[in-house]
Amino acid sequence: MEPERYELSEPSRYTFTLERREFMRVFGGGLVVMVAAVDLLAQESGRGRAQGRGETPSLAAWLHIDEQGHVQVSTGKVEIGQNIRTSLAQTVSDELRVPISAIAMVMADTDKTPFDAGTFGSQTTPRMAPQLARAAATAREMLIDQAAARWQVDRGTLAARNGTIVASDGRTLSYGELTKGQALSGTVSAQPSLQPAAEWNVRGTSPGKVDGRDFVTGRHAYTPDVTRPGLMYGRIIRPEGYGGTLRRVDDGGAFAMAGVTVVRDGDFLGVVAPTERAAARAAAAIQATWNVPAGQPSSDTVYDYLKKNVDRAVAPAIEALPMPAGVVRTFDATYRIPYIAHVPLEPRAAVAEWQDGKLTVWTGTQRPFGVRTELSETFRIAEDKVRVIVPDMGSGYGGKHTGDAAIEAARLAKAANRPVKLVWTRAEEFAWAYFRPAGVIDIKSGVDANGRILGWAFDNWNSGNSGLQTPYDIPAASNVFHPSKSPLRQGSYRALAATANHYAREMHMDTMARALGIDALEFRFRHLKDARMRAVLTAVAEKSGWPKPSVAGRSLGIACGTEKAGYVATSAEVSKTPAGFKVERIVIAFECGAIVNPDGLKNQVEGSVVQALGGALFEAIDFADGQVRNGTMEQYRVPRFKDVPAIETILLDRRDIPSAGAGESSLIAVAPAIGSAVRGFGQVDTALPIRLLKA
Amino acid sequence: MARYQLRVNGKDREVDAEPGDSLLSILRYDFGLTGSRFGCGEGQCGACTVLLDGAGARSCVTKVGSVGSKAITTIESLATGEHLHPVQQAFLETEAFQCGYCTSGMIMATVGLLKTNPNPSEQDIARLMDRSVCRCGTYPRIVKAVRLAAQRMQTTTSSEGGR
Repeated sequence: MEPERYELSEPSRYTFTLERREFMRVFGGGLVVMVAAVDLLAQESGRGRAQGRGETPSLAAWLHIDEQGHVQVSTGKVEIGQNIRTSLAQTVSDELRVPISAIAMVMADTDKTPFDAGTFGSQTTPRMAPQLARAAATAREMLIDQAAARWQVDRGTLAARNGTIVASDGRTLSYGELTKGQALSGTVSAQPSLQPAAEWNVRGTSPGKVDGRDFVTGRHAYTPDVTRPGLMYGRIIRPEGYGGTLRRVDDGGAFAMAGVTVVRDGDFLGVVAPTERAAARAAAAIQATWNVPAGQPSSDTVYDYLKKNVDRAVAPAIEALPMPAGVVRTFDATYRIPYIAHVPLEPRAAVAEWQDGKLTVWTGTQRPFGVRTELSETFRIAEDKVRVIVPDMGSGYGGKHTGDAAIEAARLAKAANRPVKLVWTRAEEFAWAYFRPAGVIDIKSGVDANGRILGWAFDNWNSGNSGLQTPYDIPAASNVFHPSKSPLRQGSYRALAATANHYAREMHMDTMARALGIDALEFRFRHLKDARMRAVLTAVAEKSGWPKPSVAGRSLGIACGTEKAGYVATSAEVSKTPAGFKVERIVIAFECGAIVNPDGLKNQVEGSVVQALGGALFEAIDFADGQVRNGTMEQYRVPRFKDVPAIETILLDRRDIPSAGAGESSLIAVAPAIGSAVRGFGQVDTALPIRLLKA
Repeated sequence: MARYQLRVNGKDREVDAEPGDSLLSILRYDFGLTGSRFGCGEGQCGACTVLLDGAGARSCVTKVGSVGSKAITTIESLATGEHLHPVQQAFLETEAFQCGYCTSGMIMATVGLLKTNPNPSEQDIARLMDRSVCRCGTYPRIVKAVRLAAQRMQTTTSSEGGR
């Protein structure tokens, strides 16, 4: 996988070392299997296991079975709504042969789970799940060894089943009986015997979300619901615009309020109060004036700005790549992609508590260990004096990689010498989080007399390099990413730049097919060798009735792509309305290797389609003079019930292919499918969101 | 600051507040009923939805001074012990959530909706729930969950009526 600039924000500079005795002291007894992070890397690079170097390998995960047979599995991954608490438990359940109900997943707590770089890039299923599978298989084999020794029988006559080891004569020993009074520890063996996907029992099925009841009863405590003894409440007073520095503060009004502390530290300005409402009132009572840099780009001028402010000048592909001999016709286009916001329903929030020089922070982040580093650096304390705990989150979509709220709450808590809760308002969430990068994409392509693409030049300014490379078979292709200085704070977003790059590429494929009078599906097939891409396209074409829309007068569009090792094709059927167009029906086919949880995957794919509708149809940050101008839920429209068309999902299960992550890739072909469909009614603007220019 | 008497989940509660303070803030911070979530504070996302005298209301823009004697029902009182309300059960079975942050509000909005419209069509549901946001995009499942709950509650009601 190509590194994505906006996701790999920092290398991990922390190694988790483990004292085994300490571990056993903590657990009391039972069986522990540790997964060394180096194991996986060594195996993947074909170098075999690193051994005999006398070092404690850094841990990736561990699995513990206690004397009652309860299983605890620890991973630094975060549950964001992508359902890994359930899918990882399925993996362990399958390999360890225990019911899912016997497994507790311990996740995203820097004091209790091994280092993890973060939950992003759809890496949990392809990387963490195999590690846990091997840990579970190793534990299972150790238990079989224990039973064989106890019964004095050949281990080959024993089987693991439903939390017990079963002998050929019918005798059984439960895992709890086997681990009772023991202190067994192991590391994952090089080649534990894993179930092939064809023999999965629990993976490949759809058990419900393991803690689903906590969500339908409202019992689940997200970060804003965390409470502590003596808790106080914080608010931040924000600059009047980006880059604002504090000029003058009149805090007399807040100061006079009972129990209110005003915290000013450089340009940081906040309040702490005994209640949430008192904090809001105190913040409102503060009169602050700010110096905001003038002449900041706006959402209208940003595209020129991005092209003029590249990190380093590299010749654009559209200029550097000569069109090969045989090209008889060329096509040029420019696409503009606006900044968009993640709008997680759970705003950024944190509860921070200082106790005896140690800082504990509950916060919603996709990078608990990264936030620990941020806190350690900000407050100049050792990382082992910082604990970050992430309650299962009210989503993130790539928007919660940083520790803003954690740092702010910790600063306030330090000043107040009490635990402090800070929950960002929606206005803060819109203005002071970060955005999916805006970008400009220029394309030049050339075809021969038979309509075959011979040359392809593609320049992406600032959006990012995910999905940059074309999947089409083109003799001369050059795809270049030009990082720029972004006027707004930008970062990761579900599927990253793959959405922008696929929009431009697929719309351009559609442009060429139309101009050449070739069916858009046929045109793609002529340039596609990859059987997996052809398979998803074929599935969508069949289900959608390509090329005929299901209702006369409607228009059908199609697009495809691959991202994070998943393959997707999408068709969109649109109708004409007085205001423009309406999306009536989406058919999507997705293939991500062997499917771990079919219903969970379907949920992710449908959700991705809905989320992608927002960027395709109406989401764009409107900004000028260092301020967001549409930073409310009323003004910044996200998809709602009435926006949702009929969605038909086809999941292609390839048990012969390792599972890829599936939380992101199915976004990427929605916008170009809609855009190409709308072209059936007239010219479409080259900027997102999609606009019908004239009928 | 005034003292307000509120009827919350069948119990009388008292709170000192300004008349313009939001009901959501009081539920969450004074009464510890955190199942109603803060999403936007604008009445636009529905994560804070509760029932006032049986009708869905956005507690984040409901001023405590306007509640009066109306009965407030939150997600915490919907289940009877471990026995889930049919709407909760339907959401659970159809897995009509991903991150779950909107779920309390969606469930309360559904309970309110079914009181006035016991057999809503898919179009009715989309129209009447349109101001509730699921950012994870599980709308198709929520529609299914509402339909399932409606069917079951109608069956229950008619069989009870027959007795």
